[in-house]
Amino acid sequence: MDQVCRWGELVIDSITAVGDFTLFMIRTLRWLLTRLPRGETLWPNFYEVGVKSLPVVALTGTFIGMVLAVQSYFQFRQLGLETRLGGVINMTLVRELGPVLAATMLAGRVGSAMAAELGTMRVTEQIDALSAMGANPVHYLVVPRFLACLFLIPTLTIMADFMGVAGGHFYSVYILEIDIHHYWHNSKIFVSQFDLFVGLFKSIFFGSAIAMVSCYQGFNCTAGAEGVGRASTSAFVHSFVMILIIDLSLGIVLDWVYFLMYPEGVGLL
Amino acid sequence: MIEALLEQQEPLVEVHDLHVQFGAQKVLRGINLTIPAGQTLVLLGESGCGKTVLMKSIIGLVQPTRGQVIFDHEDLATLAEREINYLRLRYGFVFQNAALFDSMTVGQNVAFPLRQQGRFSDNQVYEMVLSRLSEVGLPDSVVHKKPAELSGGMRKRVGLARALIMNPEMIMYDEPTTGLDPIMSDVINELIIRTRRRNPVTSVVVTHDMNTAKKVADRIVMLMPLPRLGEQESQIIFDGTPEELVNCRDRRVQQFINGEAGERLMELRATGV
Repeated sequence: MDQVCRWGELVIDSITAVGDFTLFMIRTLRWLLTRLPRGETLWPNFYEVGVKSLPVVALTGTFIGMVLAVQSYFQFRQLGLETRLGGVINMTLVRELGPVLAATMLAGRVGSAMAAELGTMRVTEQIDALSAMGANPVHYLVVPRFLACLFLIPTLTIMADFMGVAGGHFYSVYILEIDIHHYWHNSKIFVSQFDLFVGLFKSIFFGSAIAMVSCYQGFNCTAGAEGVGRASTSAFVHSFVMILIIDLSLGIVLDWVYFLMYPEGVGLL
Repeated sequence: MIEALLEQQEPLVEVHDLHVQFGAQKVLRGINLTIPAGQTLVLLGESGCGKTVLMKSIIGLVQPTRGQVIFDHEDLATLAEREINYLRLRYGFVFQNAALFDSMTVGQNVAFPLRQQGRFSDNQVYEMVLSRLSEVGLPDSVVHKKPAELSGGMRKRVGLARALIMNPEMIMYDEPTTGLDPIMSDVINELIIRTRRRNPVTSVVVTHDMNTAKKVADRIVMLMPLPRLGEQESQIIFDGTPEELVNCRDRRVQQFINGEAGERLMELRATGV
């Protein structure tokens, strides 16, 4: 009986949390549509999310490109298809790994920091102080962070893609000595504008999810250092799960859209 | 004396049958309270009795589970978010740990409510910030400092300057002297009295410091934690002047005033501590 009660409690808590998160999103979107935040709250967040994340995203992108070259080379060489590496690396990068790994990196760097900052503000009554002074905390704290992630995470994804392409090119052409002409010729054949669009389209959703989940965790932080730590960890874990769910869902939907637009498709081999 | 005051003054705040509950934990039960304009009310009681929750309910920071809070004839439950935000400009709130924004300087913190309004030029804001800081005894040099560079007493005074900057009709002080040395505590008490002398402001002070209560209060309301009360007992165990408090015969009130553990020692023994 106790077990049943515990399961029931868990279900009710989960439904309440989903409802609470949905209301939080609706409140954010309502403020976003009714009144934009001031520049003084917007620019520091853009700087924090965009400029400060640039080195880490560039580094991640470069290594993804090189790792892809290392991992794919031997399999493709056995089949005598090593010149197709350009297509595989660049397609995987712009469509999947670039956006997902850049978003994962940003969930760790930006999302956890947001949750910890807002959580500390909650615990030290700074969020209550905002309300007490007639400022809406969602408008003042969440909307600028949401906008920063919405606009800059896709921009950072472009950066990760570019660096990944450069990394893949460097390793394939200079280390593995694949012919540069065939490398890029195959890339041109197999990577379409639609693949670029897919990667960027997904990153818009990844950015929104990271901002919403992290701000929600910060706003609902429980008291004490443990509460702030838990909010920060939960922000990363929940953002990562959301990224995977969105990736799968949008992957299915966009594949469906692709085959509607290009029924003949394009094969790698 | 309290009755006489209530008759003379128009009530600024009315609390009717207020209940507040967080999950399964009941914090406030059936609170009825009227605060006349211009009065300094001290909410007294041991830790966890719901003093801060009652004060936050008065400005709508905590949503009541049941009951009504009326501020200047406006029922807070009927107001839209925007109207409540506007109404809050009539309050000043001094938080327990000052709740200054870490990312801003002292000047930006004090200027925050003015910037929210957007009605003043940079020069006007700067002049008003300096004037408020000097009222609470802080030099101009603190304007560019970050809150982390200030002592506890200075942070509390910056919090008070920020609460005063909009010339509020009502000021709430949440444990203003907690964590301060006796001298700084007295400075804060004096500031509360001077603030009231300077402006005809209504004040609510939450504290468990008897010195603060005796020094600043026109009226004292004492609350008791719900777990220590029977089902039918009122949570407000005392409502009167500081003089009446000292002469109150209620054992629980006397125990609090004299700082005696009383039956709590028996509880410790019962648990084998």
